[in-house]
Amino acid sequence: MTRTRLWQIGATGLGVALVAWGASRIVERVVAPPPPPGAATPAPAAPASVPHIIATLYYASSDGRSLAAVKREVPLAEGVRAQGREILISQLAPAPVPYVSLTPSGTKLRAFYVTDRGDAFVDLTSEISTEHPGGSTRELLTVQAIVNAVTANLSAVQRVQILIDGKEADTLAGHVDLRRPFERRLVVGGRRR
Amino acid sequence: MPHAARRLLPAASRLVLAAILLSAATFVLLEAQGVAPATSLTVVTRDGRRPLQTTFINNQEFVALDDVAAMFQVTVREDALAGGVTISYKGRSIIASTDQPMAMVAGRVVTLPAPAARVGRRLLVPIDFLTRALGPIYDQPIELRRPQRLLLVGVADAPPAATPPAATVAPPAPSADGAAAPPPAAAAAPPPAPGASPSSPALLPGARTGPRLQTMVIDAGHGGDDQGVRGPNGGVEKQIALEVARRLRTLVETRLGVRVVMTRDDDRAVTPDTRDAAANNSKADLFLSVHVNGAFSQAAAGAEIYYLRLDRDGEAVRRNAAATEIVLPAVGGSTRTIDIVRWDLAQSFHVDESAVFASMLEEELRKQVPMSEQPLRQEPMRMLAGANMPAALVEIGYLTNPAQERLLQSSDFQGMVAQAMFDAVVRFRDRLEVER
Repeated sequence: MTRTRLWQIGATGLGVALVAWGASRIVERVVAPPPPPGAATPAPAAPASVPHIIATLYYASSDGRSLAAVKREVPLAEGVRAQGREILISQLAPAPVPYVSLTPSGTKLRAFYVTDRGDAFVDLTSEISTEHPGGSTRELLTVQAIVNAVTANLSAVQRVQILIDGKEADTLAGHVDLRRPFERRLVVGGRRR
Repeated sequence: MPHAARRLLPAASRLVLAAILLSAATFVLLEAQGVAPATSLTVVTRDGRRPLQTTFINNQEFVALDDVAAMFQVTVREDALAGGVTISYKGRSIIASTDQPMAMVAGRVVTLPAPAARVGRRLLVPIDFLTRALGPIYDQPIELRRPQRLLLVGVADAPPAATPPAATVAPPAPSADGAAAPPPAAAAAPPPAPGASPSSPALLPGARTGPRLQTMVIDAGHGGDDQGVRGPNGGVEKQIALEVARRLRTLVETRLGVRVVMTRDDDRAVTPDTRDAAANNSKADLFLSVHVNGAFSQAAAGAEIYYLRLDRDGEAVRRNAAATEIVLPAVGGSTRTIDIVRWDLAQSFHVDESAVFASMLEEELRKQVPMSEQPLRQEPMRMLAGANMPAALVEIGYLTNPAQERLLQSSDFQGMVAQAMFDAVVRFRDRLEVER
């Protein structure tokens, strides 16, 4: 085997490895879009057999007064509406350690719709209100978590309105106005303009 | 006959002399009391105008309770033992003191410029009694417009009178010692010029001639089945919020003489719309909602102040405020301008003033109590959205923090919070007066 032959074999192997690495990166990007900046490290992977995306979900920070954006694996679904359902079901599930869930346990997603104009409706069961512990800060964080979970992961959604048991609601616990839809990406802890 | 005449003449002379002496004694007695000759207010109701006689005693204008009873269908009962008089109206009562310049109105203390006074057999109360004491329990709003000498009962604006109104009644001339001098505002009120148009400045519909801060709404958060936040050691938001709201009401009423409307004064559930309605229907000038906060961590602490963050629709209303104005005909042929705006966007007109009030609350609270790291926040708060006046919401501390829970339940802390909020109200009132 000549020196030239050895170089050819080495170059071919390197090329195959590069192509394989590139292909795996492409597949990964197709299945899971890049998370927004500021998101934390992804949580442990779901079973390899289930196609998934990496979505940004929101939980309470350690000080209990702000949102923590956490990247988590969420089952892949067909279309905006189905994918939105999967994201919200994951958002309503218990929070990963060490975060704290912002939605009362027992809260379920009844329905999720998106209109052609980009208005999304998140219909939740009554536990979101009846089991909410109250306080302006907690209520704001709960609403922000739900709205941000939809708008941060579904670019087609421009506004989000929260419904309770299929109906428009005043508030979750007496503070935040739910009668009107929230614009894309609530500002967390809005300051004086 | 001549003999009889001689006997009658001295008797007649004695009667005349006695009458003169009695009149003189009455005059001297009234002068000693500082009582001036009577003048009057014009009471304007939907049915028309009626005069209500008033009397000046030591520079204060009084109205007789028997006249009030006849005009407002109230019953008056004097309680000599307790040193006061009870005025009842449809099961609600006022106890006016004859010793102290105050009255108890449906269980709340209201200050008056002078105690009830007795002149002869009649009991008199200061005319402010009509707005401060009778107003809160009466079925219809009562508004006193001193410069025009008008008392509006159940009407927002005074229709122009066909005949010169009572303002033309000359107030008593000041005596040498000033005892009978009328209030400056009354003295300065010019009679309407003959042929004055219905929209002459003195009778402009809806013109605000009194203080800019006349009525304030204090909203104690939650209530009834809605407990609000609960602390780890049993503290309940609805109770603490009501305690602080009551303390603030006492300060505002007694020190500022401003009418206070409470959205709730006991443990009852009140819907957000009812709270906003209480503010808007009472034409309040300021709205303050009192709450206690909760966080997902026990470490969170400190007071926070919220004012409304407008969404796209709210910003549009705010930018195009002039477009919401429409001109309507008013009683008497004049016109008035009103704003048509959706109930849930009412705060859009006031959000700048609300921001000023919120800043004042932050500054005053900071002097007295611990503040959150981010104390001033602009958020889409439900309670503020429908308030058609400057409005803010104060979360006075975190009930989920055990140390703060102890503080929030203490009388001293509640007093400090109420005092700080009162100081902010005073600053805001002063700002309104400067802007007039």
